Amino acid sequence: MENKKMSKGLKKILTIFFLFLLLLIIIDPFIHKHSYFGFDEYLSFYGAYGLVACILLVLAAKYILRPIVMRREDYYND
Amino acid sequence: MINLIPPALILIVGSLLVPLLKGRARQVYMIALPLLIVLYLFNLSEGIYWKVRILEYELIFGRVDRLSLAFGYIFAIITFISSIYSLHVKDNLHLVSAFVYAGGAQGAVFAGDFITLFIFCEVMAFAAAYIVWSARTKAAVGAGMRYLMVHIFGGLLLLGGIMIHYHETRSLLFNYVSLNGLSSWLIFLGFGINAAFPLLHAWLPDAYPESTETGTVFLSVFTTKTAVYFLARAFYGTEILIYVGAVMAIFPLFYTVIENNLRRVLSYTIINQVGFMMVGIGIGTKLSLNGTVAHAFCHILYDALLFMSMGAVLYRTGKINATDLGGLYKSMPLTTIFCIVGAASISGIPFTSGFVSKSMIISAAAENKLIIIWLALLFASAGVFSYSAMKVSFFPFFSHDSGIKTKEAPTHMLVAMGLAAFLCIGIGVMPGPLYSILPYSVDYEPYTAAHVIDQTQLLAFSALAFTLLMLSGIYPPEIRSINLDADWFYRKAAAVFMKFANNVLAKIEYNIVGQAYEFMVIKPVLKIARVLKLVDTSGVDGTYDRMAKGSIKLSDTVKIIQTGKAHDYAFFMIIGVIMLILIILIPIVI
Repeated sequence: MENKKMSKGLKKILTIFFLFLLLLIIIDPFIHKHSYFGFDEYLSFYGAYGLVACILLVLAAKYILRPIVMRREDYYND
Repeated sequence: MINLIPPALILIVGSLLVPLLKGRARQVYMIALPLLIVLYLFNLSEGIYWKVRILEYELIFGRVDRLSLAFGYIFAIITFISSIYSLHVKDNLHLVSAFVYAGGAQGAVFAGDFITLFIFCEVMAFAAAYIVWSARTKAAVGAGMRYLMVHIFGGLLLLGGIMIHYHETRSLLFNYVSLNGLSSWLIFLGFGINAAFPLLHAWLPDAYPESTETGTVFLSVFTTKTAVYFLARAFYGTEILIYVGAVMAIFPLFYTVIENNLRRVLSYTIINQVGFMMVGIGIGTKLSLNGTVAHAFCHILYDALLFMSMGAVLYRTGKINATDLGGLYKSMPLTTIFCIVGAASISGIPFTSGFVSKSMIISAAAENKLIIIWLALLFASAGVFSYSAMKVSFFPFFSHDSGIKTKEAPTHMLVAMGLAAFLCIGIGVMPGPLYSILPYSVDYEPYTAAHVIDQTQLLAFSALAFTLLMLSGIYPPEIRSINLDADWFYRKAAAVFMKFANNVLAKIEYNIVGQAYEFMVIKPVLKIARVLKLVDTSGVDGTYDRMAKGSIKLSDTVKIIQTGKAHDYAFFMIIGVIMLILIILIPIVI
């Protein structure tokens, strides 16, 4: 995915998406949370966790797992 | 009266009629047979049915209770849906093996004793191998063979465990087995291979993507989920399952990020989703076990839906790698929508089935104060959304336009996908009916404001991660490649060993053992042989020679007497007779 030519449709979708994220952050403080551990009632804990988790997941897969396990398609020769 | 025949028997025997039918009649039969099972099961009440006494053993083909019924229902429903999806298939062997496989699963779920359970597990293993082979490619033949080998190995573990278990307890009843001692570990690992425990999992992403577009839909449903049922029945509350499940929920996600084959991506998500169920079984509370059964039920629907949508893409384009696809939403809009419904469900987006089932397991982990496990499950939820669900719905249908022009999936495929998608959303919006068939009474409300907003945040921000990584180009590019997994050990390591044997061991054998052998055995033997030859020619042969010459001389001497004339012989005989008379008479006369 190149950033150079972003279509209008995609831009619109992204704008809506970002506004939706903003909305989630804004309404978060008004929701009564049932906390299990304490730290899970911090504002937007789930959002922050999801973001960080998924970035770490990709970086680990790309820079650690792929160099170890990736082989040519004919590796098994069958 | 209606309960006289086990559903497994109806499906297995009924499947044999498929090859006898043709055209429209066959299609009607393929819809009617699984529909019969659905209606049959929904009219079945709890109890013990279909006992058969063989020698001193009592086999129980029908232990019907809430746990087995819940799995029986979903297996019947998905057999019906997958059968509709398969209406275009002409290959008789493929259809028969699919029905036998589904029948085997019904049999295994209602099995009340270990022998019946074992027999149906073996039926499933062989039927599944045939389903893999039905793709009739070289890769499918190899993968099917490996599948069979792994499952026969698992079956042997199970059988060994059952035999020791019988020896210890004098009972073959399939009930709770606590994890202590050799027999229970063997049974546990036998189930574990089918459940795709980490390191025992590689048969799954190896075999499932190799079958046909329809075969993989059947495969994705039964084997792992019967194992979930077995473990939920025999090993609930077994703590090790919590950790096994957490590992299963997470490690496949790393593979889904870098995997190019989209059906292989989905195969890894099966392991990820079964991981949630394992955690639920391991926790072993009413809430977590309800969550496990509910999640198995929902997972079967949305996973089959995702495999069906990828199958439709494969059927229409002949391609399944992310690198080859893109932009199909224009030509396959309905398939795109159904795929997105499946992707939303597997991610647990509110108002889809995954949300109402997965959150029960996550809540159970939190209520039991398992912080690490709870964080792991959240991680797994976010990851499966960003990198499995997004991937299978983004790369084939959107992404860059691959230029492939094709048609929408055939009508019967759309009907099958539509049914599954309808159930995914139906259960998500109205979880009551699902909750009513769970093993324990349900006191759980998934739709609290906090639940909905927390889960939405988790998923939306993991989607943000996907978006940002895509836009920045950090997201790993799709590359044509294969990624090694634990099957390497029995695929390549065996081949590497053979190469080692041929190149290294054979050389060592030739150079060292061979030389030593030549020096210490062959050369001395040759020397001894030479000496023996000398002895032979000079001594032994000479003796024979002289003996022969002697006998020739003797013959020549004897020849003088032997004239060959009858009167000469008569003359000698008369002389002889006279000599004989003289010899006898002389002593008497004297």
